[in-house]
Amino acid sequence: MKFLAANSVGKQTVKLNNAPSVIATASIVGPKEGQGPLGQYFDKVLDDDLYGEKSWEKAEAKFFQEAVEKVIVKGHKDKQEINYLLGGDLLNQLISSDFAARQLGIPFFGLYGACSTMSEAMALGAMLVDGGYADNIVCAVSSHFSTAERQYRFPLELGVQRPLTAHWTVTGAGAALVSNQGEGPYITMVTVGKVVDMGIKDSNDMGSAMAPAAADTIMAHFMDTGLTANDYDLIITGDLGRYGKDITDELVKKAGYDISAKHFDCGVEIFSPSQDPHAGGSGCGCSACVLAAYLIPHMWDGTYNSMLFLATGALLSPTSSQQGESVPGIAHAVSIHRTK
Amino acid sequence: MKKKALYAKENYRGQCTAIKQQTINRRKDVDYVDAVKQHQQEEYQQFIKDKIPKPNLLRNAIAAFVVGGLICDVGQFISNFGQNYFNLNKDDTSAFTAIVLVFLGALLTGLGIYDRIGRFAGAGSVVPITGFANSIVSPAMEFKREGYVLGVGAKMFIIAGPVLVYGFSSSVALGILHLLFSR
Repeated sequence: MKFLAANSVGKQTVKLNNAPSVIATASIVGPKEGQGPLGQYFDKVLDDDLYGEKSWEKAEAKFFQEAVEKVIVKGHKDKQEINYLLGGDLLNQLISSDFAARQLGIPFFGLYGACSTMSEAMALGAMLVDGGYADNIVCAVSSHFSTAERQYRFPLELGVQRPLTAHWTVTGAGAALVSNQGEGPYITMVTVGKVVDMGIKDSNDMGSAMAPAAADTIMAHFMDTGLTANDYDLIITGDLGRYGKDITDELVKKAGYDISAKHFDCGVEIFSPSQDPHAGGSGCGCSACVLAAYLIPHMWDGTYNSMLFLATGALLSPTSSQQGESVPGIAHAVSIHRTK
Repeated sequence: MKKKALYAKENYRGQCTAIKQQTINRRKDVDYVDAVKQHQQEEYQQFIKDKIPKPNLLRNAIAAFVVGGLICDVGQFISNFGQNYFNLNKDDTSAFTAIVLVFLGALLTGLGIYDRIGRFAGAGSVVPITGFANSIVSPAMEFKREGYVLGVGAKMFIIAGPVLVYGFSSSVALGILHLLFSR
């Protein structure tokens, strides 16, 4: 099969010849994330997850907005210079990002890719900048433990035992400013993932549900580009958790690629096991905050030269699970290099 | 002329058969793809079976037994207290015990303690009547921000509702059976 688009590399991957640059990142997290192993790296740690608001939803919109404002200031830009804001969150009708965008006044694309939204936003944003449709764009996502918990699961004060495979939704917002000018790191390639469903019906086991999607996108990226794990310093997945990470490694190994030594899962790293997150962190904010606070800054200081960032999402809703549907997964990959 | 019409008819029939065959083949393809997909899914579910952690049933059962037992001890204490100090009769004692336990469950939920007990004890704190109080008070607290009518009022029984519906239904069914057969 032949692909006619000028920049396509294989079936799912495109190459960004103008290589848009990530010039600034910002992250705001809740108190539990601040006490975690990566606590020192975040720009701001909230004392209280209500953040002075009347509801958790309002708090989430507030720190989403603040993360966007922060990243614009850190990138030495003005709000007027931002062409588009690409963002999303986990709540119905994307209320957190919608209401933040209402205050920001930046042209806005609302995206939903469950926990994969950060890489979806970066993939689309980088393509917009690369194609000359924008000079500067902001990608931002947020999630909040308490808003997600009440939408997807039970009231917070209900005395139930969480299964060992359950994730803990990260409270936090992460933002990245992508520009056509800048000193890197550069977004060089984008691999768009397919929705993969292996029939997992347990909505508390998102790691197993997302692992096949992550493996599928990683393998598609390797096959399209001819690269292997050796070409990257890190292969970063969003929130597969302890068990999903191992399953992904094995699935990729079956196809003849070994990523286990380079595999970094944001959900595993953001909390320490003593914080009782069970499988690990999850939510849009998980991968976005770790990328914004830890990974991109470590590219600026030269610790890492190249990474494949792959946020993973479980595309379920309470309605679909109650109707007995399985949990499909998705993952998009963004290839980031320190030099062009 | 007649020959031509006959030929057209034959040709038309032939086309129909071909389309029918194509449809059957396509359906077979779809079935085949579905079968492969199902096989892959089953294989994957088998593959992950020993990779996902199993809950420690013994630990959970012991925690549930101990905490559930302690809640029942508290209930017995309240019951004895009612009998001895307020001189309540049998019916009043059980009502008194239930009222005090529901109050305690609601209070501990409001103070943010009951969810921690539940995390440790599981069914041990869900099954006693304190768990029932917890299941009503926790959504009432959670949905207060959506207002008293559509929030608290509508969502209060989101967890306990099924228990009430099927509890009432089965008691009605049992009552009818009693009426019919116990004469």
